[in-house]
Amino acid sequence: MILDTLTDIARQNSLIVSFVVVGIIVWFSYFLSRVLTQGRLHGSAIAIAIGLILAWTGGAAKGGSSGLADIEWLAGIGIMGGAMFRDFAIIATAFGVRLDDLKNSGLVGAASIFIGVVLSFVIGAIVAVGFGYRDPISISTIGAGAATYIVGPVTGTALGASSEVIALSVGAGLVKSILVMVGTPLVAKGIGLDNSRSAMIYGGLMGTTSGVAAGLAATNPKLVPYGAMTATFYTGVGCLLAPSVLFLLVRTLTG
Amino acid sequence: MVIYGVAILSLSMLAGLFIGDLLGIAIGVKANVGGVGIAMLILILLDNNPRKKLQLSPITARGITFWSAMYIPIVVAMAAKQNVYAALAGGPLALLAGTLAVAGSFVLIPLMTKLGDEKRRLKEEEPE
Repeated sequence: MILDTLTDIARQNSLIVSFVVVGIIVWFSYFLSRVLTQGRLHGSAIAIAIGLILAWTGGAAKGGSSGLADIEWLAGIGIMGGAMFRDFAIIATAFGVRLDDLKNSGLVGAASIFIGVVLSFVIGAIVAVGFGYRDPISISTIGAGAATYIVGPVTGTALGASSEVIALSVGAGLVKSILVMVGTPLVAKGIGLDNSRSAMIYGGLMGTTSGVAAGLAATNPKLVPYGAMTATFYTGVGCLLAPSVLFLLVRTLTG
Repeated sequence: MVIYGVAILSLSMLAGLFIGDLLGIAIGVKANVGGVGIAMLILILLDNNPRKKLQLSPITARGITFWSAMYIPIVVAMAAKQNVYAALAGGPLALLAGTLAVAGSFVLIPLMTKLGDEKRRLKEEEPE
């Protein structure tokens, strides 16, 4: 009976429960960061990794698509971590940014968006060909998925790809987004990701808003607004280029 | 008051998303084009305005900085709701395409950072 009461309260106040759960994850992560790595690995990087592991457990247990949020009493995680609060917090990080910093790297940042979309598309397309796909629609859809998991299905639907290929494109986009979350803090030093300029280029090249948001949070939260600024244009540019110019290019090349 | 800051932040977001949707319609794309980025620009422009009269008071600013500080916890919640299971179950094609796209982009970052820097330096070295 006590357990029933508890789960009832948790269900009716799911967003509040998520604040507690995330608070515990973050506290535990900063504790691990201090004790195990002497602060070398950022606490937020560990927290994001734990989040991803829990998301996998949730998916494995419930078979849904929202990770931990598919467990009923943890549904609030889905609200707290959903696009609405994510975008709200990203925009808030822009407060205090100097306009001059953005202006100085505006051009190269904008260029990085287009280069990033084309690069990921081409890599995805080549992999698709390597796995035996020969029709331009499937190749383009998988290439678009390597851009982001939104560009993939948008392109696939526009071109009339099979649902199996669209699912593959979403899979490629998910792998990319999660790898950016986990990989960014590990390679940040090596690629010079330590200033507003490289952060804008990083956001433009990677493009996955979730990946960039988490990757920069785990590396240096001060860089978040710069990377997010360019990354949020990426999906739009991808949806513009992939089903049009890039598809035509693939069709020409495949004869 | 704190709510003024929260309201300004919210208004920036809604205005940015609206413009992003209009941009999408204008170029014929079924997606929001840079709505969040535009909202960030609106907030930065408001914050960087030269007129003293429009400057936000410290308490108003707290309504914005609170959400900025909530950024990492929100990202942790976002990580916990990702479809990690599907990503790992996507098979070798999805894994390879996603991994190579990330690796290629990582490699390009230092190159592009240098390129832009060099151009800027050349410009600065030009005689006036």
